[in-house]
Amino acid sequence: MLELKNVSFLVSDTENDKEIIRDVSFEVPDGELIAITGPNGGGKSTLARLIAGIEKPTEGRILYDGEDITSMSITDRAKKGIGFAFQQPVRFKGIQVFDLIRLASGKNISMADACNYLSEVGLCARDYIDREVNSSLSGGELKRIEIATLLAKKSRLSVFDEPEAGIDLWSFKNLINVFQSMRENIKDSSILIISHQERILEIADEIIVLKDGQLSTKGRRDEVLPHILGTASAVPECKKVGVRGGDAKC
Amino acid sequence: MLKLDEIQKRLLKEVADLHKVPEGAYNIRSNGKSAARESTENIEIVPREDGQGLTVKIKAGTRNESVHIPVVMTESGLKETVYNDFYVGEGSDVVIVAGCGIDNCGAQDSEHDGIHRFYVGKGAKVRYVEKHYGSGEGRGKRILNPETEVYLEEGSTMEMEMVQIKGVDDTERSTKAELKEGSKLVVRERLMTHGEQRAISTYDVELNGDGSSADVVSRSVARDVSYQKFDAKLIGNAACSGHTECDSIIMDKGRILAVPGLEANNVDAALVHEAAIGKIAGDQIIKLMTLGLAEAEAEEQIINGFLK
Repeated sequence: MLELKNVSFLVSDTENDKEIIRDVSFEVPDGELIAITGPNGGGKSTLARLIAGIEKPTEGRILYDGEDITSMSITDRAKKGIGFAFQQPVRFKGIQVFDLIRLASGKNISMADACNYLSEVGLCARDYIDREVNSSLSGGELKRIEIATLLAKKSRLSVFDEPEAGIDLWSFKNLINVFQSMRENIKDSSILIISHQERILEIADEIIVLKDGQLSTKGRRDEVLPHILGTASAVPECKKVGVRGGDAKC
Repeated sequence: MLKLDEIQKRLLKEVADLHKVPEGAYNIRSNGKSAARESTENIEIVPREDGQGLTVKIKAGTRNESVHIPVVMTESGLKETVYNDFYVGEGSDVVIVAGCGIDNCGAQDSEHDGIHRFYVGKGAKVRYVEKHYGSGEGRGKRILNPETEVYLEEGSTMEMEMVQIKGVDDTERSTKAELKEGSKLVVRERLMTHGEQRAISTYDVELNGDGSSADVVSRSVARDVSYQKFDAKLIGNAACSGHTECDSIIMDKGRILAVPGLEANNVDAALVHEAAIGKIAGDQIIKLMTLGLAEAEAEEQIINGFLK
């Protein structure tokens, strides 16, 4: 279980301090899918980066399975079972899709196993496994490969920062299936998703609304969702997205 | 007969990926002398009269054959200049594997200067692989100064892969090429320098025939206090296309100088140069750390991929 206790994050520049996250506390219990939503600029991505260890809180504590991980490195958190999918996946010259999936899995997996992860995110494994993770891949392709690395990592807590953004030729339905199968396949796994998309919020057990760096609403999906529908925190799927979805065909 | 000690065998494996005597034509030069040589029906290897090098003649139409000419040096203080000429017959398609490995445990510098000239006949295709490797704990430097000249006849192709990843203290590489109509030169250079090493690579490519093309790409990493200079000049004298690229990572106090040189002497010459030098992007390291790699492991993976 992940616990945030009174976490704040302050950025200082020459003139003044800006509080990006203000006194945020919540829990992500084992086996739960939690969605964090809220208006743009509200601090959602920063919160995800604090959990992954990319940023360190200026105040408060983060506990994982009861252990204080507030000052723990990114690497050690990853080894303890925290996975993080970037909103904007990183490109690498020379590193191939297979290399990235193999590194994520933490062992020498076979090509066939790596291909399975790609198929799960709707990419034809044969076409992608040898590709370099460089600018020849589109934003949507990179995003799906990013999700495949998290599938391979088999984290007990997986944090996704706007996983639906840029997934153009794939449908929300498939993305949601990925989350469902992660819950089924990894024992006690919990998932934290940052998203405004109504369809993703609909599968959450709990929804947290973050506004101006503060926790404004928190509760079970059925209690929170009706109040935020139609606001910037829960937008319906764009009609143009997802119409050509479906499983990858090779 | 071929007699090599363990160090020489290890060097051979590094520079030519050879575990045993290669198939096809070969000449293995060890400490200044030919240790083994074999010609085939289509590929003749003849020593020069002065003993300092070889003439390799490949018959027209020879296909899917290879020539290995690795050099290994394990004696400290040895300095040699070797002249190898390759005559590649029309319409042939061959692989030539060169490369030099120096193990210097002594206090004196060891130096191998290989001067290679390629005369590639009409429509012939050559893939050339040259790897450099240095090892040994001695204070003596390991120095390699290759000079390569490439003469491409009409419609011929030369693909060159040059790799120097480890252990060579000082290199001055010079590559000159002259391209006739419809010929093509592709160069892929991969270089990593560390410690106080210095590596200079100069290209002078003349595109003289219509439809000729050159693509020279260098990927390099400079670590510690090492220094690299990439000086690539393309001269377009015809309706041709040329591209050079220097893509480099600097670490620690490494330094790199990229010198673009494009000269267009024909209105239909299309020449492009690209250069990018910088440290490893922070988000690349962070991404690999989120997969459980330590920072140093992440850097290693990024560099391995970059130089692959």
